[in-house]
Amino acid sequence: MNDLVPDATPLLRAEGIVKQFGSVVALNGLSMELRAGEVLGLLGDNGAGKSTLLKILTGYMQPDEGTVRLDGEVVRFRDVQHARSLGIDIIYQDLALVDQLSIVQNIFLNRESTTSGPIKVLRRRAMRREAEILIKRVGVNLPSLDQPVGTLSGGQRAAVAIARVVQTNARVLLLDEPLAAVGVREAGIVIDVVRNLRAEGVSVIVILHNYGHVIDLCERFYIVRGGEIAEEGRIEGHTSESLIAAVLATRL
Amino acid sequence: MAKDPRASVLASPPTLGARLIKSPHAKSFGEFLFRYREVSLLVVALCLGTYFQIMTGKLLSGANLLNLSQIMAPIAMLACPMVLLIAGGEIDLSVGQTFALAPFLVHFGQQAGIPLVLADILAVVIVSLVGVINGVVTVYIGVPSFVTTLGTFFGINGLTLIISNAEPVPTPGTGLYAMVFGQNWSLILWAVAALAIFHFILKHMRWGLYCVAIGGNYETSKEAGIKVERIKIGNFIFPAAVAGFAGILDSVTVNITDPLAGGSAIMFSAISAVVIGGTALAGGFGTVIGAFIGAAVLALLQDGLSLQGVNANAFSLILGIAILSVMILNVTLSRQLLGRKRA
Repeated sequence: MNDLVPDATPLLRAEGIVKQFGSVVALNGLSMELRAGEVLGLLGDNGAGKSTLLKILTGYMQPDEGTVRLDGEVVRFRDVQHARSLGIDIIYQDLALVDQLSIVQNIFLNRESTTSGPIKVLRRRAMRREAEILIKRVGVNLPSLDQPVGTLSGGQRAAVAIARVVQTNARVLLLDEPLAAVGVREAGIVIDVVRNLRAEGVSVIVILHNYGHVIDLCERFYIVRGGEIAEEGRIEGHTSESLIAAVLATRL
Repeated sequence: MAKDPRASVLASPPTLGARLIKSPHAKSFGEFLFRYREVSLLVVALCLGTYFQIMTGKLLSGANLLNLSQIMAPIAMLACPMVLLIAGGEIDLSVGQTFALAPFLVHFGQQAGIPLVLADILAVVIVSLVGVINGVVTVYIGVPSFVTTLGTFFGINGLTLIISNAEPVPTPGTGLYAMVFGQNWSLILWAVAALAIFHFILKHMRWGLYCVAIGGNYETSKEAGIKVERIKIGNFIFPAAVAGFAGILDSVTVNITDPLAGGSAIMFSAISAVVIGGTALAGGFGTVIGAFIGAAVLALLQDGLSLQGVNANAFSLILGIAILSVMILNVTLSRQLLGRKRA
């Protein structure tokens, strides 16, 4: 793990991020960094500000104060597409699928391939062909790509969400509790895929509530409390119990 | 790449769910119906047509077919853009009132010396503002669209009554203008154009896909970066504009510009056509073709019952019973054909 040299330029760095919702301070000057090629765990209680941080890092929200640096350069994400175009993508807890849309439509949601010209027509067959390849790469057998996602099992749904990210060739993947809604067997599939993505050079920030999964997946962790980083460290040497103790200790 | 990093995933067998679902290539007739829900409604429409033709012998006569088309066309025109709105999870109750307002705007425009076609365009643009108001109040202020459009429903009705003094006026326009904009068969041709345009938008363009996505899962659509506000407001503008245009055409057809034209009757007919056609009232699924056939079913019932000489007082009662029976038949039929799949 010599890629964890602390003084290397971090891939993604947040500095002094402040975000308020009315009178509620969600993030209170939080600073953190993601290094190239690592899987970073964000731990902490509900309402600590972890999800808000991820939303800022993907351009879904703009911070009230503070800066985000990508490869050392200050970036200000205008919106989700902007962050995505810079190689940052996210999978939400609910996998962000529209149950009524087909597998193909979900994989290409808001990145549809269309004809050029004044009237842009969806290239449905081309998207279907590409979706077939992506689903094969993720390695899950799906009944029909025209089937609504609502008819799929938890693992199949996760596969669709992952195929969607694979399609964007993301450099940074953010995962907001990706294992909250899937069964044990399917959690194993998701963990394998995350490891494989990292092997391909994708850096990952993940929010997990199962500390066993944190030990399995992550190299480094931050404990978030009250919108600030309360503790950071390397996973090496930690057990689930010691992580839980660390999260609980920060409450005091 | 030395080795496929997803090897471990590829090595694991498909999940249980994947194996339980049978091959997508084997399709039963029930599955065919499930994919094309419009088919069972078309069967119902054909049965109704056959029934009224046998009972009255007049349904398929040229004069009556024209009459039938003129009953159906305004309903269909209002229903087609409404599919996008309802699939996107909203509703517009005010379309019957923009339908009545637009021809008066044309009337006043013509009196002010504006050429008729230009007056038509101006009238459609002005009633489109009703859609903008509906959209902005619903999307940005957060008033439920049912309430927003109920407000504009009354407001626009009042406006029409005030500017018209509650008096009908003759519709301007003769000759080629009238032939293109409403007389005889032109009305149903405009309805077919609306069908083609909105079907294309719904099934072949991003806009339609996003309507379904927003109606199915608003938050996810927003998180995916879809400009949900823009789509929703646009979805309110389409029905307002098309309803205004349909009102202008209809005023030419009947050759009178009536402040009491359209109203809640045509609004409810259009929304019924949308829902009968198979569009989910809660959003997430829409079919313009279904709505068009739905409009045909409603028009067939109205026209067929008049041909049978149903008493004017009993008309609504019988129409209501007929609509309920037809829909019970349609739902039962498709469930029977689908077997347990839909459960």
